Amino acid sequence: MEKIQTGTGKKLKSVSYAKWGYIFIAPFFIAYIIFTLVPQLLTVYNSFFETYRIGLQQVGPNFVGLGNYKALFQPDANGTILIFKYALNTMILWIAGAVPQFVIAMLLALFFTSTRLNIKGQSFFKTVIYMPNLIMAAAFSMLFYTLFSRVGPIQALLENWGVIDHTFDFFAIRVSVRGMIALMNFLMWFGNTTIVLMAGIMGIDQSLFESATIDGANSVQVFFKVTMPLLMPIFVYCLITAMIGGIQMFDVPQVLSKGDGVPNGTTRTLVMYLNGYLKTRNLGMSGAISVIMFIITGGLGAIVYKMLSAPYKDQTRKHRERKGNVL
Amino acid sequence: MSKKISDNTLGKIKLTVLRVIVYAILVFLTFLCLFFFYLMIVNASRSNAELATGFSILPKGNFFVNLKNAWNDASINIPRGMLNSLIIAVSSAVITTYFSALTAYGIHAYNFRGKKFVFTFIMAIMMIPSQVSALGFLQLMTKWNLTDSYIPLIVPGIAAPVVFFYMKQYMESVLPLDVIDAARVDGSNEFRTFNTIVLPMIKPAIAVQMIFSFVSSWNNYFIPALLLNKAELKTVPIMIAQLRSADYSKFDMGKVYMFILLAILPVMIVYIILSKSIIKGVTAGSVKG
Repeated sequence: MEKIQTGTGKKLKSVSYAKWGYIFIAPFFIAYIIFTLVPQLLTVYNSFFETYRIGLQQVGPNFVGLGNYKALFQPDANGTILIFKYALNTMILWIAGAVPQFVIAMLLALFFTSTRLNIKGQSFFKTVIYMPNLIMAAAFSMLFYTLFSRVGPIQALLENWGVIDHTFDFFAIRVSVRGMIALMNFLMWFGNTTIVLMAGIMGIDQSLFESATIDGANSVQVFFKVTMPLLMPIFVYCLITAMIGGIQMFDVPQVLSKGDGVPNGTTRTLVMYLNGYLKTRNLGMSGAISVIMFIITGGLGAIVYKMLSAPYKDQTRKHRERKGNVL
Repeated sequence: MSKKISDNTLGKIKLTVLRVIVYAILVFLTFLCLFFFYLMIVNASRSNAELATGFSILPKGNFFVNLKNAWNDASINIPRGMLNSLIIAVSSAVITTYFSALTAYGIHAYNFRGKKFVFTFIMAIMMIPSQVSALGFLQLMTKWNLTDSYIPLIVPGIAAPVVFFYMKQYMESVLPLDVIDAARVDGSNEFRTFNTIVLPMIKPAIAVQMIFSFVSSWNNYFIPALLLNKAELKTVPIMIAQLRSADYSKFDMGKVYMFILLAILPVMIVYIILSKSIIKGVTAGSVKG
């Protein structure tokens, strides 16, 4: 089938240009191989070796097989397995931000697209709620630290009101630090999700809503029986990309807690853990953490990939069918 | 008849109540989004002594004093940091968008063996975060003496799968292949066709992706913090993080707020001018329903 196609006159004409296709995509692949693929393989390679520094002394590289992975899942002196603790922290921080993010975004998307409500000033609201997404996370986090620090204005205000006394410290309480991180993540991402979900709702055939309403469905029924099922692909796409983003959570907690994950490492995320080993040039351990993160994000990424390439698969199938008909 | 009217008015009252609630939620969220930045601007205009007294809702007159102090600070060279960040962000925005468009065009306009595989491959690597290869990247750059250099922060932008995907989608919707054939008939070579005919046709996509690339490069903290050690090469996010590690009690707080303001100001200005096209650009590149 393929061969027959290349044999037709039209294809022959494009054959002479094929080399340009390769030339045009070459820079991408050269850059990808040098700056991503080789580093990726190096990372995996390093995870099987013991390589670190004690002071100025270099230890290794010595081949240790799965030793680094074993060490990673070894409980420490207090009996906690650190990677589980940090993975759990990451998950808690992500969920605490993502639940309000998706609930609010869904509501706003419904409000903005409702012809019955006919919300005015939409472009103003959209502009405002999307803005935090572009703010430098490190600076946003530093701002929160400055505002909530012991010499900051929020502390002073609450002291004035008599809500808290002078010994109070936002950064000594697990819930408050986690809450701040979740709030920042929520503020940074709910506008983005709103806009994507809105586009999804507007992409749904309007006549479906109309016929459902004529059939006597109320707005709650319309949402659960029409909107949500049709929005599902986009919703899941948003959710999984948000998850992948959540696993990478770093800037906000790193700056807010000065890298320590105060209090007691309860706001330390996986990437902060990785960053710690990278800073001290412990290649073996950071390699092992990277590989584990790669597996998790790879699994989630596979789902996104499937969803994004679905329309292309359809296209090629349709294309083939059409061709088949002509033949 | 009268029941119908009362049903109608009941519906109207319901709708009005609903509208009031919706607007209240919107106003609250707007407040939440702007409040912290408003506080930042207010506090950037207050002196250290005024800041020690606590909370204020109105700006004071110390803005330019703080700006001068922050700008001329000895330990944190913010003008240098902003220049460094600007150089990196502009270069990587240009490189990322140009090469992504080139790659997308290569796949959009030509038929070659393995094209489908290439496209599938780029889609498959799209979601892999850069952190998971950071170790190898760092090791390689150290080996090549490229730490304390901007090359590792700019050149890898040539391979940007997400930007590629956006460009590919955009070309599918606006770039008919006849145009390219017409250019060929006119004797234009392939490279010139891309630069002089294709690029102008996809200008809106280029503009949007340039903004996004600029912003993400300007805000990037993880990799630059691991690569750059020399003080004069450091970028804005690294300096902001340094602010956090420094001994806090010795700081002029007005200056701290000013540093944060300066760190986010360029992106804010770009956003205020171009918010419409930026928001439009958010939705493209995601799945079609």
